[in-house]
Amino acid sequence: MAIRTEILSSFYQDSVVLMRIASHVRTRPGVREAAAFMGTPSNHGLLEQIGLATAESKEARPNDLILTVDAESDAAAEGALAAAKELLAQRRQVGGSAAEVRPRTLESALRMLPDANLVAISVPGAYAKFEAMKAIKHGLHVFLFSDNVPVQDEIELKTEAVRRGVLCMGPDCGTAYLNGMGVGFTNVAPRGRIGFVAAAGTGLQAVVSRVAALGEGVSHGIGVGGRDLSSEVGGMMTLFALEALADDPSTEAIVIISKPPHPTILPRLEAAIAKIRKPVVACVLGVQAPAQSAATWVDTLDAAADAVVALITKRNLGWGTFSDVSGIRARLARLQAKGPIAPEVFGLYTGGTLAHETHLLLDSLLGHDARHQILDLGDDQYTVGRPHPMIDPQTRTDMILKAGQEKAGVLLVDLVLGRGSHPNPAAPLAAAIRQASAMAAAAGRRLIAVGSVVGTAGDPQDLAGQVAQLEEAGVELLPSNAEAARFAALLVKPELAETLAVEVSR
Amino acid sequence: MSMLKIFAEPLRVINIGVEGFAEDLKAASVEVIQLDWRPPTGGNARLTALLASLQDDD
Repeated sequence: MAIRTEILSSFYQDSVVLMRIASHVRTRPGVREAAAFMGTPSNHGLLEQIGLATAESKEARPNDLILTVDAESDAAAEGALAAAKELLAQRRQVGGSAAEVRPRTLESALRMLPDANLVAISVPGAYAKFEAMKAIKHGLHVFLFSDNVPVQDEIELKTEAVRRGVLCMGPDCGTAYLNGMGVGFTNVAPRGRIGFVAAAGTGLQAVVSRVAALGEGVSHGIGVGGRDLSSEVGGMMTLFALEALADDPSTEAIVIISKPPHPTILPRLEAAIAKIRKPVVACVLGVQAPAQSAATWVDTLDAAADAVVALITKRNLGWGTFSDVSGIRARLARLQAKGPIAPEVFGLYTGGTLAHETHLLLDSLLGHDARHQILDLGDDQYTVGRPHPMIDPQTRTDMILKAGQEKAGVLLVDLVLGRGSHPNPAAPLAAAIRQASAMAAAAGRRLIAVGSVVGTAGDPQDLAGQVAQLEEAGVELLPSNAEAARFAALLVKPELAETLAVEVSR
Repeated sequence: MSMLKIFAEPLRVINIGVEGFAEDLKAASVEVIQLDWRPPTGGNARLTALLASLQDDD
């Protein structure tokens, strides 16, 4: 075993670039683990955690880049470090050849683009307030992707933003749309008449994608961050965004997508909705619809899209538990005819809200049961020193292969397309599922993959091609995550067929 | 509240951090300036917090 470290002093690179380089180095023969981090205090902690801290790495300062490799031999370690430096050098050349002047401060950037209206910030959380507050004080709207921002910083930023009449979207906001244009992890959708307020990540992506498939489009999608409806933040940005969308003539209906608000915030949200003179759909996962509400309440993301499109087009979309009941019955019969299915559901998700939705649906259909396990692989515990699984599929493909070695029953997955995501995420997912199914079959077990794809026809990955790759690998694809979760439940508990079918024919 | 101006304007973005966001926006014909960002105060988070709190008194 050989651990080698190299420090490149005063060599700042953003974390996404560094994680990509580490991922690439990890694939080299003989390399067990690789890390590329700036020497910030939190990164020193991460290096300790993954067992790659060395005497040299501990000397690195926040502006120094640490490259560390754990390999089977000295030669493999040296080769890996050389490869990492080569990748960094290539990046520098690409950056330098663009003949693009890059300002170092917001003020100098504003001299180059005086009519800028949005500042997108994805610096480490400890520095986020510093940059975001400057932008807000310049009267600019902020898209704040950074996570690990202290809640006190969030409160101060949003208080100032509301005072100055600008949006503070985040912290921890992955997805936003302004005037139809997506910022961050977004699906390419037409400019339209539906406005959104969401946390925001894959929940917003799923609803926007379905709205686009139904022929409608997005006016604005305001991300507020996962803590906005907490008692501390008090829903400041949700209430501000709702009022802004209510006053926007291009927005004809509004969808709210969120996790349960703090009980003291729910009445404020209700009061704000009651003032809006436009149709409002509320998809608050895990909360029962209030007895009286000005909004149409739904409990799944697909129903949110269907409900808002039905409201503005006056179409009866007849949403139910499955969109194609006879198709579901046929598929069920085909899969059941092939033999018994073990009563276990194992979900490996890249989308946090999608995982949460599945969790709620399975709990209600199958009850709390240790045999049904749904993991959100974008959660911090799975992304230590690694990119989010929507960018780097490795964590999930490793877990799928492990499932192939030991599990039977239903493997439930999501696939999230759009800008920011992996350029061809179906390929590694399909390959892993094929291999896992084969391994399970060779051991006399049966593992059925069920899933759904979040994406639009305009997305860069080619939606139809992604769907085809998964179907060829034998994945049972459903039109939405909620349907995939219900179908998984049906496979492991066939007696649900009647209940779900009855609901459909309502 | 009067309508937010940004709702009726083309997006013009200053990107601080992950370059991929700027690249995606450019590919969609949005005007973007990418900042060559380094941690302020040489990466000293406590000093940055102090600077941020001074900013609050503007």
